[in-house]
Amino acid sequence: MTQTTTQPATPAWPTEDEKLAREREVNALGMWVFLASEIMLFGGLFLVYFVYRFRYPAAFAEGSSELNMWLGALNTAVLLTSSLTMALAVHQARGSSRKTAVLFMLLTMALGLLFLAIKGYEYWQDYQEGLVPGLNFTYSGAEQQAVALFLVLYFVMTALHALHLSIGIVMVGVAIVWGQIRPFAHDPAEPVEMIGLYWHFIDIVWVFLFPVLYLLR
Amino acid sequence: MSEMASEPLGREERTPVSSSPRRPKNYLNTSYTARSWLLTTDHKRIGILYMIAITFFFAVGGIAATTMRLELLTPYGDLVGAETYNKLFTIHGIIMVWFFLIPSIPTTLGNFLIPLMIGAEDLAFPRLNLASWYVFMVGGFVTMAAVIFGGVDTGWTFYTPYSSVYSNTAVALVIVGIVISGFSSIFTGINFIVTIHKMRAPGMTWFRMPLFVWSHYATSLILVLATPVLALVLVLVGIERVFGVGIFDPSLGGDPLLFQHLFWFYSHPAVYIMILPGMGVTSEIVAAFARRRVFGYTFVAFASLAIAILGFLVWGHHMFVSGQSIYAGMVFSVLSFLVAIPSAVKVFNWTATMYKGDIHFDTPMLYALGFIGLFTVGGLTGLFVASLSFDVHVHDSYFVVAHFHYIMVGSTVLAYLGGIHYWWPKISGRLYSAWWGRFSAILIFAGFNLTFFPQFIVGYLGMPRRYYAYAPEFQVYNVLSSAGASILALGYVLPLVYLLYSLQNGRLAPDNPWEATGLEWQTSSPPPTENFLEPPIVTHDAYERPSATISSSTGGQP
Amino acid sequence: MHNNYPSVRTYFLVFGALLLLLIATVGAHFVALGPFQPVVSLGIALLKALLIILFFMHVKASSGLVKLFAAAGFLWLLIFFLLTFGDFATRYWVPTLNQ
Repeated sequence: MTQTTTQPATPAWPTEDEKLAREREVNALGMWVFLASEIMLFGGLFLVYFVYRFRYPAAFAEGSSELNMWLGALNTAVLLTSSLTMALAVHQARGSSRKTAVLFMLLTMALGLLFLAIKGYEYWQDYQEGLVPGLNFTYSGAEQQAVALFLVLYFVMTALHALHLSIGIVMVGVAIVWGQIRPFAHDPAEPVEMIGLYWHFIDIVWVFLFPVLYLLR
Repeated sequence: MSEMASEPLGREERTPVSSSPRRPKNYLNTSYTARSWLLTTDHKRIGILYMIAITFFFAVGGIAATTMRLELLTPYGDLVGAETYNKLFTIHGIIMVWFFLIPSIPTTLGNFLIPLMIGAEDLAFPRLNLASWYVFMVGGFVTMAAVIFGGVDTGWTFYTPYSSVYSNTAVALVIVGIVISGFSSIFTGINFIVTIHKMRAPGMTWFRMPLFVWSHYATSLILVLATPVLALVLVLVGIERVFGVGIFDPSLGGDPLLFQHLFWFYSHPAVYIMILPGMGVTSEIVAAFARRRVFGYTFVAFASLAIAILGFLVWGHHMFVSGQSIYAGMVFSVLSFLVAIPSAVKVFNWTATMYKGDIHFDTPMLYALGFIGLFTVGGLTGLFVASLSFDVHVHDSYFVVAHFHYIMVGSTVLAYLGGIHYWWPKISGRLYSAWWGRFSAILIFAGFNLTFFPQFIVGYLGMPRRYYAYAPEFQVYNVLSSAGASILALGYVLPLVYLLYSLQNGRLAPDNPWEATGLEWQTSSPPPTENFLEPPIVTHDAYERPSATISSSTGGQP
Repeated sequence: MHNNYPSVRTYFLVFGALLLLLIATVGAHFVALGPFQPVVSLGIALLKALLIILFFMHVKASSGLVKLFAAAGFLWLLIFFLLTFGDFATRYWVPTLNQ
């Protein structure tokens, strides 16, 4: 931002270095504006959840206790670890040890897939127990309707999160391949860092989903 | 400096037609292949692509509106029945809101002009910009497919549970189309915000930026922060509809008002997405044709941001009679009144800009004056409907229809056309017929008022909106309205004709035909692909017109 | 800009803190906290998010502009929650009108 206030004596196009520095700022800002948009997407969903929780507190506690809290906690740990490996991948990519960076990115992808596998197992369990409104719903407590509402929101929220995570996994994969194809691009660490921001954001969404869905009883 | 041609256009000896040897390479003549257009990352060409697309969608929405006005000529359902009429106003609303008004000024003029105005070579993310156009087109065609496969009858507002449970029309498909096009809005918003922050030329400080850029910055904030909520709420409606589970359906424990909260959290700010760029265009035109600096520049700039932020606090005024808490209604009513302050600041400052100015009544200025007038009427009636008690009387009546058409059509479309006429010499490198320009501007203003002013009266008298038939005592107002609509339709077709005609036959435009300030007038008409042949530097404030002291290099020929 | 990014040591410290907070929130689940239970679990979630944003996402080391946009999303969400709950919390405040 500082270059805008200085006025060179003679007009000049920005140099390559200035362009590179600007590109970094541009990418980071663009990613954060996008994430602000994502915050509103998930935030709206959280709002729906809290409005109904405010209206049906007992049913939402009841619905929450039907979920497997330990699987949720395990998944939280998995995703937090993936955030660490992603941060380390960015660190290594910036620190010019590209091989280590790729290793950490593969690890991140693996942890993301592990999360999806655990989540899938959990969905399957829910299905077996008849907790899926619209497909197989056999719950028959006093507040059946409101419990169904909770479970619908549980599936929508976790599925939207899983969709974002899947996109994240693909993006990390693309970044690895891209790094192999064009290892001498002028700033190969840049895409890694941007995908890292996205990945951490997905992690944050889960950090809120876990207590909201599994712990608030 | 050449005066706009007021004589009939024709070929002249000294200005040869099409690709003259005197014309240097520019973004238009650099390549003529379809590939060079469809794969372009040049913000100017993408602006043109958007212009073509939204002209098409405007025509579709306009045909629906024309059919409705024809049906309303008589109190009975003699042209179309209830179901068809419901589909017509739904598709009119959906197409006009999401595929014309919201993208209109930002994606065409904004895309074309923001980099030029701030002295950048392109937007921050040129490929994202192209992607946004493709995403927009996919969304548009999915929506059009829904129209062909049976149409939708929910109204553009998709109120639940009708949309999610009871409607037997292609609701799910149209939702998919709108959600897809939402991505293009977000992409455009991100691009503009980052461009305005990071791509300004040396010396182009925030308070030297043209007000057009300020208003697009405010618009982009809304695009980025509100659009995801629309996507979310429409996806939830789709899930409720497709899987038959309860989210908003009251018979399954849901709350339809929650849908309305989420929907209007987007859709009210969306009105400001439509009007803010129009305000930006008006600021530019008024300054150029009054030959003066914009009065109170800083206030106008901050008024844009204030409107964008306040616009997020007022959505509940759409729900005054829907069963919302009366206390929330009061708060939303008060907050809605606050929006009038920055809006009035703008109107007063445009007026003050013209005071003692050297006013030139060229075509763009006529549109800008029309904008100010219609915006004032639309804005003041907005205060009427923001008052809880009055809104109870006119809610869901034609009074509301007239109010928001004064803002969305009267103001935004006039600003869009004014902007097109103002920057047409820059965009196309050609001059259009000034006589036809002025004629159609006046025609549109007259036709618009004849169409929508009677609706204020008939709405106040109690005619409800969204019905194909009405009580016979309302007919005189409806006949007036339909007559106005036919004038309006002619007024919309004329510019299309003479602007397209000018592409081949118009005189070559000089670099700065209006004696305007701003970087975009210092490069050639049309601009070269890289926008500026020499690096631009800004040393003066916006709209400052000391005789030729802005030291930026001219991109084109002397 | 990226020179003041956190070190590997910091990343591991943050990761350790995140795991401790996870254990704490699961542990708190088994303690009868009554009305404070949501406060505690959401507070811990907020703390975790803040750690990730500041260190893993480098916001602590970023420009004021990035900080602004990182905050903007949450600020807008606050507006959204406050005004919506303004309706839902007060909707049934006037029972006399209905009877």
